[in-house]
Amino acid sequence: MGLALLAVIWLITFVSTYFFIWHPWWLPAGVSASAAAIDHQFVTTYILMGIVFVLAQCSLGLFAWQYRDRGSSAPPVDYSHGNTTMEIVWTVLTGVLFVGLNLMGSKIWAAERFEPAQASAVPVEVTGMQFAWYFRYPGPDGKFGITNPKLMDPSAGSEAAIGLDTSDPAAKDDVVTGTMFLPVNRQVDFTLRAVDVIHSFFIPNMRFKQDAVPGLAIHMHVTPTQIGDYEIACAELCGLGHYKMHGMVKVVSQEDFDKWIAAREAEKQ
Amino acid sequence: MDRRAGGGETIMATSEVVHAHAGPQGFIRKYIFSLDHKVIGIQYFFLALTAVWVGMFLSLLMRIHLIWPQVNLPIVGHIQPETYLSLLTMHGTIMVFFVLTTAPQGGFGNYFLPIQIGAPDMAFPVLNMLSFWTTFVAFVVMLAAFFVTGGAPLHGWTGYPPLSAVQSTGPGEGLGADLWITSIAIFCAASLMGALNFITTTLDLRAKGMTLMRMPLTVWSWFITAILGLLAFGVLLSAGILLLMDRNLGTSFFVPVIVVNGQLMGHKGGSPLLWQHLFWFFGHPEVYIAILPGMGVTSQILSTFARKPIFGYRAMVYAMLGIGFLGFMVWGHHMFMSGMSPYSAFAFSLLTMAIGVPSAIKTFNWLGTLYKGRIRFYTPMLFAVGFVSLFVSGGLSGPFLAQPTLDIPLHDTYFVVGHFHLIMGVAAIFGIFAATYYWFPKMFGRMMNEGLGKAHFWLTFIGTYAIFMPMHYLGMAGHPRRYSQLTEVAYLHNLIPLQTFMTYAAFITIGAQFIFVINLFWSMLKGPKAADNPWDATTVEWTTATPPPHDNFGGQTPVIHNGPYEYGVPGAARDFVMQTDPAVGAAH
Ligand code: HEM
Ligand SMILES: [Cu+2]
Ligand SMILES: [Cu+2]
Repeated sequence: MGLALLAVIWLITFVSTYFFIWHPWWLPAGVSASAAAIDHQFVTTYILMGIVFVLAQCSLGLFAWQYRDRGSSAPPVDYSHGNTTMEIVWTVLTGVLFVGLNLMGSKIWAAERFEPAQASAVPVEVTGMQFAWYFRYPGPDGKFGITNPKLMDPSAGSEAAIGLDTSDPAAKDDVVTGTMFLPVNRQVDFTLRAVDVIHSFFIPNMRFKQDAVPGLAIHMHVTPTQIGDYEIACAELCGLGHYKMHGMVKVVSQEDFDKWIAAREAEKQ
Repeated sequence: MDRRAGGGETIMATSEVVHAHAGPQGFIRKYIFSLDHKVIGIQYFFLALTAVWVGMFLSLLMRIHLIWPQVNLPIVGHIQPETYLSLLTMHGTIMVFFVLTTAPQGGFGNYFLPIQIGAPDMAFPVLNMLSFWTTFVAFVVMLAAFFVTGGAPLHGWTGYPPLSAVQSTGPGEGLGADLWITSIAIFCAASLMGALNFITTTLDLRAKGMTLMRMPLTVWSWFITAILGLLAFGVLLSAGILLLMDRNLGTSFFVPVIVVNGQLMGHKGGSPLLWQHLFWFFGHPEVYIAILPGMGVTSQILSTFARKPIFGYRAMVYAMLGIGFLGFMVWGHHMFMSGMSPYSAFAFSLLTMAIGVPSAIKTFNWLGTLYKGRIRFYTPMLFAVGFVSLFVSGGLSGPFLAQPTLDIPLHDTYFVVGHFHLIMGVAAIFGIFAATYYWFPKMFGRMMNEGLGKAHFWLTFIGTYAIFMPMHYLGMAGHPRRYSQLTEVAYLHNLIPLQTFMTYAAFITIGAQFIFVINLFWSMLKGPKAADNPWDATTVEWTTATPPPHDNFGGQTPVIHNGPYEYGVPGAARDFVMQTDPAVGAAH
């Protein structure tokens, strides 16, 4: 029985580790300025935890087999109540390991969330509602117009859905779309809102996630670094359509972005 | 093999009668509204057993729906995407509350805490009975949510408002959601009664010589769990009442101005994050409520079957106290992406990493207990070793999720589902299985079948790894949790083969659980009669008759002379010295 435990525990350990190393399933390609640092922290944690995982599981299997009851021929058990030195050693070691990892990662977090967006960032307001995302650009005036909950009409989509108050002059040039366009290599200044329940704005490729909470306007920034189409998935349970609350980010060159936004402005006139 | 001979000294030591409620007459007082902690323990056990089958059946339906969304099942019919979310909510809630909180504490704790400390019953037998029946009512109310119009709620076991606070946010958010919250509130009240009882019993009813540092680690784990329960359930109860008021009385604790389906709701000024703070102030300690008794029983069983004292008894106690204490300061690690201040994430993440240290100490000490032991592989021991393995696997994904930076890609993905199933779900269930196989002889007077027990272990051990390990891969690939269909988001399509594999693994694992129930009921009726101390164990429950008499010790009160895990004592007559035997120091 000890041998069977050894075999099965080792097998589970090696099969799991094999898939972690071979990684047919892995973080999707990173396409934002912060992705490299986050992935690096991920891989560091991964290697360290992987080593602890393999060591702990293998010793468990080994001990189960080596110290099985071998009948009367066996040496007497080691009558010991523990070993304080060893307790202290492994307490300090795990303490250093865990706290060290934590401190390493915290720089990235600080850069992501403590600093405000740059003045040159593209402002985009993201609004989540059951079960769609809308994106608003402030237009040439650089100002978002007023929205009013009383005017919200989700069935009409876009501007009406987010309750844009068209009597506000600042609202006249606002562009509202269902697909997000972003210029490459420029920081984006998101304002995240939700009108009904909590949603979560998740762009796996950009290593970006932030809940959108009714009653709050949350500011976040991210810099896309590669042209391409990336999926947005909702990551907070928001009701029966949660699984289909997805969208697209199209990262394009600055020129294409300018053309696109000009075309949207023209449509509005 | 009556081991009481060895503990003969106990019987003469004192005959003080501490507590005397007469043995009850009649079926109802004896088996239904019983005041006997042993009967109540068994009632809790069967309640949890019923609940785990319901919860497991729901998970099976979920797994089927994920892979074959169009299939028409007999009786159940065709599962809609929103039904998936109701199944999800009820599965999670039933598993967390009615299985993991109920079986280890209400079941085994109730039965064995008094006996292990040499007490004739709980401190408050009537409160104990009330606590069970209140839990039972909570369970009935919970199940009722399935049968009302709109069905069970779809807001998940965490019930985040506004989704859970406003009727029109989805099907199931009407009466079903009210029943769900009410059930949880009733459950909280029941748990508070239980917690008071456990704490008082441990503090006041210990037999002579049962100092705190001679208590078995199981007793420590139930005691600490009770303290956590006392502090945590009160908060959830209040939060639940506030949520009910938001839903039905027009208050706005958790709901700001919102527009649902184009309808402006009458709320304003509430904070959805307030609920999350209250919920997780309860919710994080709750995961320790679920797992601490499993740690206790694993320590007890590893020591018993390795025939060695537990490695670092004091460190084990301090580690559990440390986990309990720190457990109240880390709730924010569930909220890194919620919109709370990013500065507080620093503190929560550091404290969460700190809580990993006592957890690691426990793992090292379990390995230290096996080291140079003489391991007997009976089924309880297999499950205890399985617990350690699962605890390691589930525990090591914690340091990922504890770092806010890594929580950005991982939060609310299947990585989290894999993490908490391994460490809280399956590890705790292994603790319950280990406890069942270990104490069944004492509770029912018969042995369980070893062959069936081992078959059950192997299939469950391999099966649960096969279900839950791949969830980590899904999560890394960005698969959000609580998705009822995999067809809409394009990048999920590649992950369907892995999901399919997990569904097949779930079929096998769930199938294996029939072996367990067959073994359980067959052994209750037909198993070979058990001796008083079939495992050559040291703690006090093994000194008394099997099954124990109504007052636990037949009019006697045990006197304790030894620590709980005196195995392999050099120079002793047997390879174990019971807690009631003459003191180890005196023996050589
Ligand atoms: C046969 C074993 C089990 C299977 C196959 C299973 C499967 C699942 C699945 C498929 C989900 C939904 C994942 C998602 O869509 O996000 C889930 C959620 C959950 N399960 Fe299990 N599970 C099992 C056992 C358990 C146990 C023993 C527990 C005890 C803690 C548990 C607790 C939960 C919780 C708390 C949730 C989250 C519910 C929510 O998101 O609100 N499960 N499970
Ligand atoms: Cu959603
Ligand atoms: Cu937690």
